[in-house]
Order: sequence, then structure tokens, then C-alpha cells
Amino acid sequence: MKDIYRGALVRLAAESPEAMAKAYLKWDVDSEFHRLADSAPAQLWSQKKLKEFIEKNDEKQGDSSFRFSIRTLENDLLIGGAGLWIQRWNLGDAWLGIFIGEREYWGKGYGSDAMRLLAAYGFSELNLRRITLGLHSYNERALKSYQKVGFQLEGRVRGEGMRDGVRYDSLYMGILREEWLKMHLPSP
Amino acid sequence: MLAIQTQLFEAQDVRFAPIDYETHPEVESKWTHDAEFMRLMELKPIRPLSPEMVKKQYETIEKEMEEDKNLYYFSIHAKADNQFIGKAMIEWIDWAHGNGFLRLGIGSAAHRRKGYGSQALRMLLRFAFDELNLYRVTAVVPAYNEGAIKLFQKFGFMEEVRRRKAIHRDNEFWDLVAFGLLNAEWREQVNGQG
Repeated sequence: MKDIYRGALVRLAAESPEAMAKAYLKWDVDSEFHRLADSAPAQLWSQKKLKEFIEKNDEKQGDSSFRFSIRTLENDLLIGGAGLWIQRWNLGDAWLGIFIGEREYWGKGYGSDAMRLLAAYGFSELNLRRITLGLHSYNERALKSYQKVGFQLEGRVRGEGMRDGVRYDSLYMGILREEWLKMHLPSP
Repeated sequence: MLAIQTQLFEAQDVRFAPIDYETHPEVESKWTHDAEFMRLMELKPIRPLSPEMVKKQYETIEKEMEEDKNLYYFSIHAKADNQFIGKAMIEWIDWAHGNGFLRLGIGSAAHRRKGYGSQALRMLLRFAFDELNLYRVTAVVPAYNEGAIKLFQKFGFMEEVRRRKAIHRDNEFWDLVAFGLLNAEWREQVNGQG
């Protein structure tokens, strides 16, 4: 069987709440990271509080939420996180979220590599029918990466967000199981 | 214009940082023993706090940040030595009307009068208007706090309310002044600077 956790540049892993909290502590002070990844206001939490949040999330692990950390293959550095959240099992639809906190790894294919692993996990392990994700209209790097992996633009909520006094749109993208299979026939 | 890449939490000499339960309580406990600072920072009766009491306060702050989502609190660090020197916050946010109250202070005596408070206020205002999208902010200052009044005036705040003789300290009554700044006024200033 194929090692579905390993890509060309990164692997999907799990972290202790302590390690993940330390990483978030470092990434959160980079407000550009936060504003690309999240629509909630950027804010700074203590390591103690971050650990609490992570522990709370970890309790939900497994039933309908599948969360991973992202580590580089070349030096095993923790660079980000990702997850799939099943909305309704009967419909086989999941929301995908992904972020690369380490800015030195932006725009170099690490995120796209993790995206492929995540989508593969969704379709060949969870046997999903489709995957949905959302992004800010100003996040052009993410848009390109998602398109490269095979996601298609499905919706635009006009002026949903506002930052720096300017309204921006929320974009929604999706990929269907058949589209994924056509692109990446899984090797047995 | 969208300026997503411009850091919200980094100024020239100071940065905003999260609460650090390991090192901050000890430092802030010292500030609470500085009666002059505390009477500038607080309107309520002041009291010295032990590091344990400060820690409890931090827990309350983060609980409120998480549950009520109407408080944004930052520790201020000096960039040169990464020392914890003060705090800044936007509190009592009324989301329906887009109003929030600002408060900030430099607790470390060695770091006062160096323009650090001014840099922190500049960051706090950008955060209030560019990230929280508030319509206006308010700062409430007792009339004896001349440093704060000058600072808020420098940033274009207008005196809006003067509650006469509302603060009783040292057997003297002082006015309590509320200053306000609108998002549009702030934006005009920032754009004017180019």
C-alpha cells in the first residue's frame, strides 16, 4: 500500500499540544499569516491558552474532524497544519482548511504538496464525494495553488470581509471525486 | 488600499506580544507596586498585586477574549531586548455600533518618555480601524493625566465629554475627560501622511 502521509516535499503528522502551541505562538505574531488564513481579527494568545484550544480540538479528533500537522521531509520542520471536517457523512462532503505558518515556505510548493496529500486522504481514505474550501479574494497565491491541485471556483460572496478599510470577497472552491480520480488515479 | 502584508504587531521600537505566563506576572506585579503609574493607568482604587494575582487577572482577560469577543489585549515588548514594558487594549467593544475603548500604559519606568507609548497607540489605532473595522474609539482620561491627554490630542482625538469633578484623589476632585477618534478622521490622517 502507498504511504498516503508522504508527499514530495512534506508529510502529514500529529503533534503534541505543547509543540503545536509553541509553533502557533511564533506564527501568530505574523499578522500577514493570520490575515491570509483567517477572517477573524488577528489576535495574540498566550501559549497556555493556545494549548487549551488545541487540547479542546484534539478531543473532537476522529469522529468528523481530521486534523494534521505539516512537516517538511528534508529537515522535519513543523511548518503548518491542515484538516478535513466532515459536514455530513451521508453526503460525503468535507471542508478543507490548510495553512503554512513558516513564511520561508510560502510560494515554494509546500502548501500545494500538502493539499494533494489532504485531498488524496479525503478521497481514498475517507472516500469523500467532494471537498469544499474557502479563501479571501486577495489571497491570490492560495487561489493558484488550489487551482493547480484541481479545485474549481464555485462561488463568490461579494464584500463579505473588510480589512484596511476595503471590502473584499469570500471565494468558495470545490473538487468532485470523479475530477480527482481523473487527475490522480491512485496506484494500488 | 489593502495592505495585508504590512505587519499589525510590529512598530519601529516596540511590538505587540501575547501574554507570557512564565515571565510577565513577576514584571507586572512590580508595576502594580508603583502607585504613581497605577493611578495614571486605573480609575478604580489601586492595590499592589502579587504575581499570582496578576496571573489570575491574565486568565480572566483571556477568558473574556475567548468567550465575549469584545476585548483585544496585547502585551507591549521593547524590540531591542524583547523586554515586557507595557500593555495595550481595546475593551468593551460594542459591535452593533462599532465603538471600542482604548487603554494603554508603559509600566516599565525605564522605558517611559521614549515615544514607545506613541508607537503602541499607532499600532492599536491601526488594529482598531484596519482589522476590527471599528467606526470610532474612545479614551477616558482623568484630567491630571497630562501625558495621556497630550498623546491622544497628538493623534487627533477630540474632547467629547468632560464629566466634571468625577475623580476624587488626594482630597481633590478632577474632571474625567472622554476623547474620541473616528475611523474616517484617522484614515484621513494616515492617507495624508502618504
